Amino acid sequence: MRPRSDQFHELSSRALEDDSLREALKRASSSFHAAKTDAVDSMPDWEELRQRGHDRKNRAIENLPEALETFEKNFRSRGGEVHYCEDGASARDRILSIIRSSGGSSVTKSKSMVTEEIALNDHLEAAGLSVLEGDLGEYIIQLAGEHPSHIIAPAIHKSREEVAQLFHDHLGSDPDADIPELTRVARKTLREAFLEADIGISGANFVIAETGTIVLVENEGNIRMSTTVPRVHIAVVGIEKVLPRRSDLATLLRLLCRSATGQRVTSYISFISAPRTGVEGDGPEKLHVVFLDAGRSRLWADPTQREALNCIRCGACLNFCPVYESVGGHSYGWVYPGPIGSVITPHYIGIEKASQLPQASSLCGRCGEVCPMKIPLPDMLLGLRAKAVEAGSAGFVEKLSMRSFSLLARSPRLWRLLLAFGRPFYRLVVRAGLAAVLGGAARRWSRSRSLPLPGRSGFRRWWRENAEKGGE
Amino acid sequence: MVKVLRHYDVELEFPGNQTCCGQPAFNAGFRREARELALAFLDVFEDCEAVVSPSGSCVAMVKEYYPKLFSDDEELSGRFQSLADRTWEFSQYLTEVLGVTEFPGRRDGSLTWHDCCHSLRGLGVRDGPRRLLASVEGAELRELEKSDECCGFGGLFSVKFDKISSRMLSNKLACIEKSGAESLVATDCSCLMHMAGGLEKSGSEVRALHLAEVLADALEESGAGSQEEASS
Repeated sequence: MRPRSDQFHELSSRALEDDSLREALKRASSSFHAAKTDAVDSMPDWEELRQRGHDRKNRAIENLPEALETFEKNFRSRGGEVHYCEDGASARDRILSIIRSSGGSSVTKSKSMVTEEIALNDHLEAAGLSVLEGDLGEYIIQLAGEHPSHIIAPAIHKSREEVAQLFHDHLGSDPDADIPELTRVARKTLREAFLEADIGISGANFVIAETGTIVLVENEGNIRMSTTVPRVHIAVVGIEKVLPRRSDLATLLRLLCRSATGQRVTSYISFISAPRTGVEGDGPEKLHVVFLDAGRSRLWADPTQREALNCIRCGACLNFCPVYESVGGHSYGWVYPGPIGSVITPHYIGIEKASQLPQASSLCGRCGEVCPMKIPLPDMLLGLRAKAVEAGSAGFVEKLSMRSFSLLARSPRLWRLLLAFGRPFYRLVVRAGLAAVLGGAARRWSRSRSLPLPGRSGFRRWWRENAEKGGE
Repeated sequence: MVKVLRHYDVELEFPGNQTCCGQPAFNAGFRREARELALAFLDVFEDCEAVVSPSGSCVAMVKEYYPKLFSDDEELSGRFQSLADRTWEFSQYLTEVLGVTEFPGRRDGSLTWHDCCHSLRGLGVRDGPRRLLASVEGAELRELEKSDECCGFGGLFSVKFDKISSRMLSNKLACIEKSGAESLVATDCSCLMHMAGGLEKSGSEVRALHLAEVLADALEESGAGSQEEASS
C-alpha cells in the first residue's frame, strides 16, 4: 500500500470534519472499552499475566534468528515449505510464483495486515487472479475499494447504513437491511467462493518453532475455510511472529483475546502444522509459509525500539487512544494506525515519510498502560522524536526556539527579567484580544481556547513580599 | 500550596533561581537541551530535603525521565535518582509523605476531579486527592465520566495538532458539563490552563481550580488560614 503518512495533517483535518466517522469511532471506542475493561477486571492476576507475556515475547524476540531456523526445520520435516522475503516486492513475486506453479486462479484471503503491507491484492489482481477477502470487515472494505482503518476491525469506520448501501449496490440486497441480514448476504456469497477457491492466503497470529505450527485466531470461521478447503494454503507471516516454545502460547493467547475483543477465547483457534496427509479428508495439499522482513530486521537491530516487535496486534492501544478516536485509522496514511502504528510505521516505510506520526500524540500514556505486552509506547514515541532531532530534521524555527529556550532557562536573571517585562505586555495583548500579535501558535490556541490571563504580579513577588519569612 | 503546606508546619523555601524542568524540550525530542535544563534543575534543588510542585507532569519529568536522560553516567544518574526520590506532586506529598487522610475546613460547592495523565499514569495519583476533597466539609465530589482521558493539552501538541487537541478538549468539556459540578479540580497547572481556556471560550459557568486553591479556601473558611492570597 502506497504510504501517505506524510499527509497526516491533511488526512486528519479532513477526518475531523466527517460526522459519520465521528459517530462510528465513538461507538466503537465505547464498546471496545467496555469489553476490555470487563475482561481485565475479571482477572485478578492480569498484571502478572502481562509481565509473563512481556517476558516470554521479549525472549522470543531476543532469540529471533534461532527460533526462525528451528521453525523452518520442523515445518519442513512435515512437508511444509518456507520462504524468506526481504521486502514487499520479493514477497509479492514469490507468492505469485507459488500460485502460478499450482495452476490455480482463484484466491480467498483471510484477514491479514501483513498482506496489506505488501499490497498483495492489487498485485494478484493485476496478474489476472480473482481475490476475495473472507473476513466480513475486510470484505466490506474490499467492496468499497478502501483499506482497513483498524488492526482487528478493518471496517470500523463504516456505519450500518453505509454497509447496507454498499451491499445493495454490489450484491443487490435490501438497502435497508439490518446487520443480521447483511451478515447472511455476505456469508452466502463468501461460502460459495470458499468452496470454489484454489488458493487460500492467510496471515498468522503466531508461529511456534518447537512444533512448526501456524496459529490463527478468529471469530468468523473464514480462516478455517480458507486454510482447509483450497488445494494450497499460503501463510504470509512477519518474522517477529515466531515463538520458541509451545508453552509460550497460552499466556499470549489469553492476553491477545482479552485485550482485542474482551473475549476469554475466540470462537476459532486453528493450529496448522502440515499439509494434508494420506489419511486426512481435508486440508491443503501444499502448505507454504512466506516470512516477510520488510523493515523488521532494521527495527530488531535498534535496541531502543526493538520492543515494538513484541506487538501481538490486539488493537488495544488504538481503542484507548484519544487521538485515534478523534481522527480514525485512515489518517495515519498506511497500514498500522494508532500508537503502535506511529511507532512502527517510521521504521517500516522510512522516518522521513512518516515524520508527523511520532509527533501526533499528547503523550497521555494510555497506550502504554493498556498494552498487554507492556510495550512502552510513549517512551518509544519520545525516542523517535529524539531521533528526528538528531538526524537534523527539525525545522529551523523550532531548533532556534529550543536553543534560546534552553539558554534563557539556564539564566535565572534573564528569565526573571523576561517574566517581569513580558507579563504586562502579554496581559495587554490578551486583554485587547490581539492574540494574533503573539504569532501562529497563539492563533491556533485561541481557536478553541481562551489565552490564559495571569495576575498582575506573579508568585515570585507575592512570595518575596508576603511569605518568605513564613509570616504569610 | 504555601498556605496548605504551612498549615502542616512544613518549612518552605522558594529557590529564586528556578526556571523550567525542560519537559517542553524533552517532549519535542531535544535531548541536549533537556539535559542542560535537568542539570540546572539539579543545581537549584539538589540540597533540598523535599521538592514539591503543583504540576504532576513536571514531577513526572523529574522522577521518571531525569535519571533515564543520564543513564550513560552512573554518578549523575544516581544523583538524579536521589533527587527523584525526594520530589513530589503536591497531593502526593500531602497524602503519602505527611499522611493526611482527612482535610480540615469547610468549602461549600460541588466539585469534579480530572485525572491528569502524568499524575495518574506517571505517578499513580488517583485516590489520594479524591479522598482529600471528599473529606472537606461541604464539598460534594461528583465523579467525572472518562476522568482518566486526556484533555488534549500535551504541550506543543496543543498547537502543532490544534484541531485534534481541540476535539479531545471538547470531549472533555462535554463530560465536565455533564457532571453538573460547579468547579473542575485537578493537580497540574498546564492541564488546568488548557481546560480553563476551553471552559471560558465555550462560555461555561464551571470554574477550573487547582487542588491547592480548593484546600486553601477550605482552610480560609474555617479560619485556620490567614487573610493572604495563597494560591500558587
